[in-house]
Amino acid sequence: MRDYWRANQQRLAPVLFLLPGLLMFLVYVVVPIFQSVSISFYAWDGLGEKEYVGIANYVELMDDEAFYTSLKNNVIWLVLYMLAIPAGLFVALFLNQNVRGIRIYKSLFFFPFVISQVVVGLVFSWFYDPSYGLFNKILEFFGADPIAILADEDWVTYGIIIAGLWPQTAYCMILYLTGLNAVDSEQIEAARLDNAKGLKLLWYIILPQLRPATFIAMVVTIIGALRSFDLVSIMTNGGPWGSSRVLAFYMYEQAFSEYGFRMGYGAAIAVVLFAIMMIYIASFLYKMYRDERGH
Amino acid sequence: MFPRPIEKASPPAKALYKIALPVALIIWLLPLLAVALTSLRSQADILTGNYWGWPTSFNMLENYTAIFENTPIGQYILNSFRVTIPTVIGAVGLSCMTGFALAVYKFKGNLILFFLFVAGNFVPFQILMVPVRDFTVSLGIYNTISGLALFHIAFQTGFCTLFMRNFIKALPFELVEAARVEGVSEIRIFWYVVLPLMKPAIAALSVLIFTFIWNDYFWAMVLTQGADTQPITAGLNSLNGQWVSSWHLVSAGSIVAAMPPVIMFFLMQRHFIAGLTLGAVK
Repeated sequence: MRDYWRANQQRLAPVLFLLPGLLMFLVYVVVPIFQSVSISFYAWDGLGEKEYVGIANYVELMDDEAFYTSLKNNVIWLVLYMLAIPAGLFVALFLNQNVRGIRIYKSLFFFPFVISQVVVGLVFSWFYDPSYGLFNKILEFFGADPIAILADEDWVTYGIIIAGLWPQTAYCMILYLTGLNAVDSEQIEAARLDNAKGLKLLWYIILPQLRPATFIAMVVTIIGALRSFDLVSIMTNGGPWGSSRVLAFYMYEQAFSEYGFRMGYGAAIAVVLFAIMMIYIASFLYKMYRDERGH
Repeated sequence: MFPRPIEKASPPAKALYKIALPVALIIWLLPLLAVALTSLRSQADILTGNYWGWPTSFNMLENYTAIFENTPIGQYILNSFRVTIPTVIGAVGLSCMTGFALAVYKFKGNLILFFLFVAGNFVPFQILMVPVRDFTVSLGIYNTISGLALFHIAFQTGFCTLFMRNFIKALPFELVEAARVEGVSEIRIFWYVVLPLMKPAIAALSVLIFTFIWNDYFWAMVLTQGADTQPITAGLNSLNGQWVSSWHLVSAGSIVAAMPPVIMFFLMQRHFIAGLTLGAVK
């Protein structure tokens, strides 16, 4: 036994080291993905018998107004959330200096990312409060009529996205600050000797060197946009009249609906969201694969 | 350095920058500052709509005592710690091993397993929700701290493995080879050669995972209910329902909920940022 281990330990050791982590991951993450796909073909209240219904859940989705609202909102989230990247770059450029106390400024700018989205949501609900909120005080100051952002079907999604952009911009900022730290100073000096400055320098010399930071910022921002759940749940609970739902929220709402759990239907929504996400996951993996081959 | 160091700019530009910094910071943190100030206000201020003026009185002690005495917020906080700490230990511990295995050994399917961890880490939570809830119920640990922590450990192992594997991959492999030549067993290599070098990665991951799990809201809603098991994020949501328009209490509760990760961040800032910006520099 001991000798067998000695002779084969380089083959056995990885199995040993991988087993506990992999097992947990398979049970809680990998297998449930397939189970969800399977459940999406059933009608199930989460307690009783599952009833096989084929693609009925998906057919129902095609006709579900609320599903399209959620899908549309997800697209808006995806597009507007990307603003966090240039905004983060802008803040990073603003803070990339060596004056006294700049480190504490950098940490304080990063602050919104550290606190929970639940707190961010509460803070912003209050910011938008129609009677007392700071937002309407500002509108009042400029002589505009107050708007109840979170009770207005047309504005609500944008209001929530702005709340989400706050921590997301902080995240992108920190990525860019780290990237800017590693920018090759000789190249900058050389470009400056050639009279490149300002935006031109940024575009042709700095941004290409920040590509890894931009890539990570894009990955986390896209994932963040598609995962948006917390803010919607805290700030509006999907309302008014379901107009601020996103797929992640709508799925939860359907699965745990007050009119009876609809696990199968919820799972079908999750599968759609998963399929959208897979596009990004696959391209991320592809890039990682190329990098691995490159080494 | 880009942009050009401000020291080299003209004196007015320098002065302008020094003024712009604090102004920008105050605007950036305005929503938060307002909440901090509101958490000190009296009920009377709230009733009369004095949200933005100077507080008529500072009620820090009253407000913060009130939330601890009249609500289970203390229990929520305790629950958060009871979920977060085991998750940090579990996920970091497991991923030290998986990361080691994937970084050090060449075997068939290594890259595929690695990509499995990476991909799993990015999936939407909703695709896991129904089966994980069902599985947790069938284990008899639905609505328990361990039920929530077990899931978190498993899920976070994905991200942690990505991190650890890349970290170990960047260590000099000669160390492992030299130890093998000396006849050191693989397990001892892990424990005595590689693990001591992983301290910075372990520190970085610990603070990151602490923050992620502390701030988790979705799984807390799916796997727990009631004040006995719910962590502070979910707890704050239910308190928000009870405290309609008692904004001074909501604010105090929010501040309390935000404190632990904030303290963690300021204590371990360097590690936190090192963890978060992994891959941002080539």
